[in-house]
Amino acid sequence: MSVKSYQRKLDLENGRVDLSHGSGGRAMAQLISGLFHQAFGNEWLARCNDQSAFDVAAGRMVMTTDGYVVSPLFFPGGNIGSLAVHGTINDVAMSGARPLYLSASFIIEEGLPFSDLKAIADSMGAAARSAGVYIIAGDTKVVERGKADGLFISTTGIGIVADGLDLSADKAMVGDRVLVSGSLGDHGVAVMSKRQNVAFQTEVVSDSAALHKLVAVMVAAGGSGIRVMRDPTRGGLAATLNEIAHQSELGFRLQEASIPVKPAVAATCELLGLDPIHVANEGKLVAIVAPDFADAVLAAMKAHPLGSDAADIGEAVADNRKFVQMATSFGGRRIVDWLWGEQLPRIC
Amino acid sequence: MKYADEFRDKAIAQGIARAIGAEVSSQRAYRFMEFCGGHTHAISRYGLEDLLPANVRMIHGPGCPVCVLPASRIDMAIRLVDRPEVTLCVYGDLMRAPGSQGQSLLRAKALGADIRMVYSTLDAIRLAEQAPSREVVFFAIGFETTTPPTAVMIRIAEKKRLKGLSVFCNHVLTPSAMHSILENPKIRDTGGVPIDGFIGPAHVSTIIGTQPYEPLAEQFGKPIVIAGFEPLDVMQAILMLVRQVNEDRYQVENQYSRAVTREGNRRAKDEVSQIFELREQFEWRGLGLVPNSGMKLKPAYAQFDAEARFAIHDLRVADNPACECCAILRGAKRPVECKLFGTVCTPETPIGSCMVSSEGACAAYWTYGRVRDEQLRRTS
Repeated sequence: MSVKSYQRKLDLENGRVDLSHGSGGRAMAQLISGLFHQAFGNEWLARCNDQSAFDVAAGRMVMTTDGYVVSPLFFPGGNIGSLAVHGTINDVAMSGARPLYLSASFIIEEGLPFSDLKAIADSMGAAARSAGVYIIAGDTKVVERGKADGLFISTTGIGIVADGLDLSADKAMVGDRVLVSGSLGDHGVAVMSKRQNVAFQTEVVSDSAALHKLVAVMVAAGGSGIRVMRDPTRGGLAATLNEIAHQSELGFRLQEASIPVKPAVAATCELLGLDPIHVANEGKLVAIVAPDFADAVLAAMKAHPLGSDAADIGEAVADNRKFVQMATSFGGRRIVDWLWGEQLPRIC
Repeated sequence: MKYADEFRDKAIAQGIARAIGAEVSSQRAYRFMEFCGGHTHAISRYGLEDLLPANVRMIHGPGCPVCVLPASRIDMAIRLVDRPEVTLCVYGDLMRAPGSQGQSLLRAKALGADIRMVYSTLDAIRLAEQAPSREVVFFAIGFETTTPPTAVMIRIAEKKRLKGLSVFCNHVLTPSAMHSILENPKIRDTGGVPIDGFIGPAHVSTIIGTQPYEPLAEQFGKPIVIAGFEPLDVMQAILMLVRQVNEDRYQVENQYSRAVTREGNRRAKDEVSQIFELREQFEWRGLGLVPNSGMKLKPAYAQFDAEARFAIHDLRVADNPACECCAILRGAKRPVECKLFGTVCTPETPIGSCMVSSEGACAAYWTYGRVRDEQLRRTS
């Protein structure tokens, strides 16, 4: 739909989204062309169709979908938009795939300032460009005040995976090494520091990042020696390893002293009664790697900027109870369980 | 992490462990109750039991305020928040605490009750200021450590003339509960575990001092060591208890001398005694009605007392008969000895309150200690 030039421009400084921007009329078209196309700009969106056609490469495709409801929308190190792009890319990349295209659907609460929406869309565009992926389809809905917390974003991602690579969480084997790409808990702590009723000052910023380039160097170094990759988002490292333990029907034994955690994250968790291995990450991955390949993969990770703090933190062991256990830095042992309920600070 | 890592040093821990190993007599067992959930958490989180000789056993006591809160108090809170004008402020741990018949605050919230999770009394004050037309009720819970902040909240409400703010008071007292455990005939006579000594909570003693435990140690002939919550604090306290037992002493000793004195914090105690008074009795899950173990607001502060203000009366609710929380909280049974443990009662679906809070004995076992229990089960 072409937009008539006599229409008043979007007031990106002081304007706010209202219900007309989701009505299917001219205001919506103006929002899409004036804000989203500007931010995401690519040849597919420029054609203004209800869908985008693209050539299918040879090989196996992977697809993922994800919803983003983070509160607050802006946090140290990113916002809901960059998070949506990184998170979707990472879900595609954990299969060893090269991510290609994304779609993004926006559910906007009326009253959201255009300036916020623009900042979010711009950072999505920037995140996609720097990752070399394109946002080629989208949708916009506006709901009444109180029906959404500012903005929700749903995304889908498509990528292509090289022949011979078949990573899956049921493929871990006894003796495999557990590698993490860097310090844990940064994202969760950064977001919590801005929550209304726990606000605190911290130097910690979200680790939100696209990991597919790190994955590519790992795959180059380890090939099919890499059995599983997963990004430990909600529920943290603990949830991810418990999932893999269940799917692969084995246990893990970790060394607490080897697990990288920044002092500021450790201190915040201490204060709030949380455990860093339960706190969310958005720019870290866990890889389960065959022992013969572990050193090479770890070296490749360390050589990449997103893996410079990578560490070997333990191994897969035979265990029909599928426990994730940890040797504590203190010299004892404990179980690393799933996070249960919401992660709530203890009260005394 | 500065000021924390110093108290988690593996080499020092091993040194203390060696000292404990060298000093325990192989001729006897040492059964110590850590009263407080914070200690239970530290013991489980750092795997301290792996460092102790086989004849030193830690018994997890009832010192988690969420765990000892009876179903009746949750039911009362739900009655309160059923009133359309009430906004109830609670700490997160309480949300899943089981009331009667599968009720919980989490469920009440899902059904539309106005329940807000808060992190401090200040959040409740802010809510009361923002919504002067609402009845904002703060669900006050905790041992002596958390009572002074509630007192301060009431002072602020008084000063700011916050007419809509009140307190649902569930503050309880540590020494009274310890007394009840030692005096309980079920523990003395019917298969209960004889306890050789207690580790007392340091944060409580930063307020009340160590003195209130002296009559207990004297009357029951049990050593009590007031200890901090870092793993080295706990290890050192165990060593101090072993020494007292070996020397037939039963004194109150202060391991946490970096913050605790015999007298405690006089200003905090004064503030509490101006606003609160003892209840004749208060119901504890697992211990039943314990005399002089709970606090309520003095009549002069009745306007801030939600129970008085909304005429909510005491309820009596029977616990699930298969739930062994009672025996576990008293140290008479271990979590794995409960039929419900890990079957129908898990952290996601707690039946008894020991499973609700991460500091509860069952939840701590579930999260950290199952490996050890599996081994025990196989060998016993």
